[in-house]
Amino acid sequence: MIEGILIGLTTALTFQNILMVMVGCFFGTIIGMLPGLGPMTAIALMIPITYGFDPATGLILMAGVYYGAVFGGSTSSILLNAPGVPGTVATSFDGYPMAQQGKAGKALAIAAWSSFAGGTLSAIYLLFMAPSLSKVSLSFRSPDYFALMILGLTAIAAFSSKGQFLKAMMMVVLGLMLASVGQDSLSDITRFTFNNMNLTDGISFVLVVMATFAMSEALTIILKRNDPTSAAKQVSLTELGSIKINKEERTKMYKTIPRSSVIGFLIGVLPGAGATIASFLAYGMERNVVSDEEKEKFGKGSVNGLSAPETANNAACSGSFVPMLTLGIPGSGTTAVMLGALLGFGVQPGPRLYMTNPEIFWSIIMSMYIGMVILLILNLPLIPYIARILAVPKNYLIPLILFFSVTGIYVMSFNNFDIYLMIGIAVVATFLRLYDFPMPPLILAFVLGGLMEENLRRSLLLSNGSWEFLWDRTLTACILATTILIVVWHIYKTFKRKN
Amino acid sequence: MNINTTKIISLLFFIFSAFYLYTAYQIQVFAFDENAPFNARTFPIYLGYAGLFFSGLKLILPDPNTIKVDHKNLEYKKTGILILIAIIYGATILKVGYFLTTSLFLFASYYFLGERRWILMFLLSFPFVAAFMYLLHGILDIYLRDPLLQSIGVMG
Repeated sequence: MIEGILIGLTTALTFQNILMVMVGCFFGTIIGMLPGLGPMTAIALMIPITYGFDPATGLILMAGVYYGAVFGGSTSSILLNAPGVPGTVATSFDGYPMAQQGKAGKALAIAAWSSFAGGTLSAIYLLFMAPSLSKVSLSFRSPDYFALMILGLTAIAAFSSKGQFLKAMMMVVLGLMLASVGQDSLSDITRFTFNNMNLTDGISFVLVVMATFAMSEALTIILKRNDPTSAAKQVSLTELGSIKINKEERTKMYKTIPRSSVIGFLIGVLPGAGATIASFLAYGMERNVVSDEEKEKFGKGSVNGLSAPETANNAACSGSFVPMLTLGIPGSGTTAVMLGALLGFGVQPGPRLYMTNPEIFWSIIMSMYIGMVILLILNLPLIPYIARILAVPKNYLIPLILFFSVTGIYVMSFNNFDIYLMIGIAVVATFLRLYDFPMPPLILAFVLGGLMEENLRRSLLLSNGSWEFLWDRTLTACILATTILIVVWHIYKTFKRKN
Repeated sequence: MNINTTKIISLLFFIFSAFYLYTAYQIQVFAFDENAPFNARTFPIYLGYAGLFFSGLKLILPDPNTIKVDHKNLEYKKTGILILIAIIYGATILKVGYFLTTSLFLFASYYFLGERRWILMFLLSFPFVAAFMYLLHGILDIYLRDPLLQSIGVMG
């Protein structure tokens, strides 16, 4: 492990990579502050830039954007009660009341320190857990992988659907259908191309991400007459007050941070869960463990109530890297985008990643520490200034998002067809968003589609076409049973609501 | 059963899945692969059935969280214009080149979204695109195809 840490540090501490973490954190903070534009959009917009880098640098940049966006989301939660990303909704419960009491600077400082501590602690957990899990996952076979992918897709559908499980499952199937377009990986037989040569290689991952996130979010903002920058304009006008944290508040945070970081990390590791669930759970747990006197303060500006979700959501971000790096199966929409980008670089994440590409594996982990430090020392004092940059009107913001989307596709293929296809998918996605059809399950399914077919193929061929492989091994059967439980539970809930 | 837009979308998805399934059955596989436990059409066939299953369930089951969208408050005109500009941008980018089409696309988009600060609009289109091109092409070494700039000798 020491050798790995040194490899990671050597890669992460180059001038270029430190610069990328800084750029990523800064850019992510800006996008994260804008309500409606989350880390997935921020990362998608960064993809064209990463074409010019090696995989480690590209991924370090994207990881920086991820933490930055979560941190930026907390800022708008605290100052405006308008969470930039769902993972920071719980932050607003106590952060906003604190800001209303004239302690906005203190609330931001508590959030920043908690994020830093949560992120750092979970990066340490990741440091110890990822290599061990990689070794364990080497014993996984195709049926286990197939079952794990089904579980991941079902879980993300369950957690991201806001009670609309069937809609999310329809998006999963749509994502898998889109992934099936093009040549079959083994026989090279073309499928669903309708004799169109442009579809022979399949639909590009970048195209789908740009269409369903960046472009469709821009169109949704115009269609719904939202103005994400209006909130940012108010941030620059808010009086922040002191950012000093006193001894009593520090003592409270010392107790909250370790327990919330463990919850956040473990929830982040679970496929489909993530920062949102982690932050709500940590908030709920914290409320249960504090004294009755402190409990009364929850919702009115409690230090524990602010520190817990902030620690947990950052810990969950690091935790969500575990399944991606060790199993090659992303646990969230954001890590799915990163996985797709890695595949684009020709790197196959999975149990062998830390052996075949140790510099990528370790430098991502090491860059997390650097990212947390940069977020703390760079962003906290700069928040009022970043907020002023954000006062860019949507009349400029929207065309720039569209411009980045089209550029991303153009530099990849120099093909008009891809641009038309992206616009077409974006229009459909915008319409689906209006009716609450979630997009993260579609992206995760699209990324996993090829791998899933590959593992199903191997499993079925090894078992001579019999589906017994699903319960032959205890591990496969357990994973599958969990999946069935999730599906049955959600369909049952739909029935129950009616009655 | 209440008919709402979500149900209509589910019905469309059901029809789409049926079409997908039909097309999956039409995939030509090699003769020796025809009866193999897994061939190029196996996975798509399962997907087609999964699509029918979930959209069918959505159609049949009650929809307690009906989403109501107020279409009167939606900005269809500006969105439509923006999509049209993007299509024209896509159609011309290869022939005219990246710099000119992108700059014009940005300029036109700002205009149609209601912006009238001409100098700012200009600065955030032509010079901005030039700077971005320099970042991609000049610094990051990402190839950008631009026949126009190549013909006048600005790009190598």
